[in-house]
Amino acid sequence: MSSKVITSLALAGAVATAAAATALTAGTANAAGKEKCYGVSLAGENDCAAGPGTSCAGTSKVDYQGNAWTLVPKGTCASIELPKMADGSARTGSLKALERDLPTS
Amino acid sequence: MSLETLQNDFTLALLDPERDIPSGLVGSEQITAKRRFAVYRNNVVSSLVEALKTAFPVVAKIVGEEFFEAMAGIYVRNYPPSSPIMMLYGESFPDFLSGFGPVAELAYLPDVARFEQIRREVYHAADAEALPPDFLARVPEEKLANLVFTFHPASAVATFEYPALSLWEWNMAGDNGPAPDFPRQGEDVLFYREAAGTGARRLSPGGSLFLTELAQGNSFGAAAETATAVSEFDLSDTIAALLEARLVVAIT
Repeated sequence: MSSKVITSLALAGAVATAAAATALTAGTANAAGKEKCYGVSLAGENDCAAGPGTSCAGTSKVDYQGNAWTLVPKGTCASIELPKMADGSARTGSLKALERDLPTS
Repeated sequence: MSLETLQNDFTLALLDPERDIPSGLVGSEQITAKRRFAVYRNNVVSSLVEALKTAFPVVAKIVGEEFFEAMAGIYVRNYPPSSPIMMLYGESFPDFLSGFGPVAELAYLPDVARFEQIRREVYHAADAEALPPDFLARVPEEKLANLVFTFHPASAVATFEYPALSLWEWNMAGDNGPAPDFPRQGEDVLFYREAAGTGARRLSPGGSLFLTELAQGNSFGAAAETATAVSEFDLSDTIAALLEARLVVAIT
């Protein structure tokens, strides 16, 4: 019973605080929420049939297959250095070469 | 040969270049059936890899395009789509990454993939009309605790073991300078419909728990009490998130 009363008061206070914060940020929320460099067309995902791979071999990428390629990730991972987690587990490290097949064409 | 056998052989050969092409395929003098089939096989796998690259842009950026294409090729062959609809293909990609040895040391990568997959799911979810931003302020104080919310179908909350939102934002921000000091703990994230896309907002610890409790039909008061057990839970910030994201479509 008493905890319910406290909760009601606490809720009302939290709602008031939240409403004030929302009113303050409402004007900028949209602009700030926009992702920079958002270059990915999710809308286009569905027509993968119209993407590369439908017209002819000349316009399609060559898929990796065959014998013995060795690749390591070359993206931004090298520059992402996460501190150790609270539990001490490692969060980054050099990547082992991936031993697999080499494209034959 | 039965049609079923032929289709089965065809499918298996599409995903395995080592296999013989199915018998009965017709070629021409200029282009043999084997060559024709190889073109088709390549196109099938390449287009699925392209679909994954579109779906997981930050995973692709983190490992690099060449590595991603090779890795996605392995995924595509092991987990071909079960539906012709590509919009959610890759559901099991985060789990695949968890078990994929060459990226084992990028421990955060499965969380980034999970983040990107949830973004897609919310992106493609149904639309709905949200309540006006001031709906909560109009509820009398004594009725707040028993309030039950219905959330927008295009919304989701998730708790990530790693700071998936921070990693995603930084990688989407274009030219990356030196990496910032990423949070040392995981992140709770709210995904919501924003204009024609998906928005993602950081929540305080316990924020996902609070919103999940609400989504499951628990009352405002009960959910608040449950989440307050999480030490760093910020109730007013989470309510602000709920309002800013236009999360609520109905109250009872």
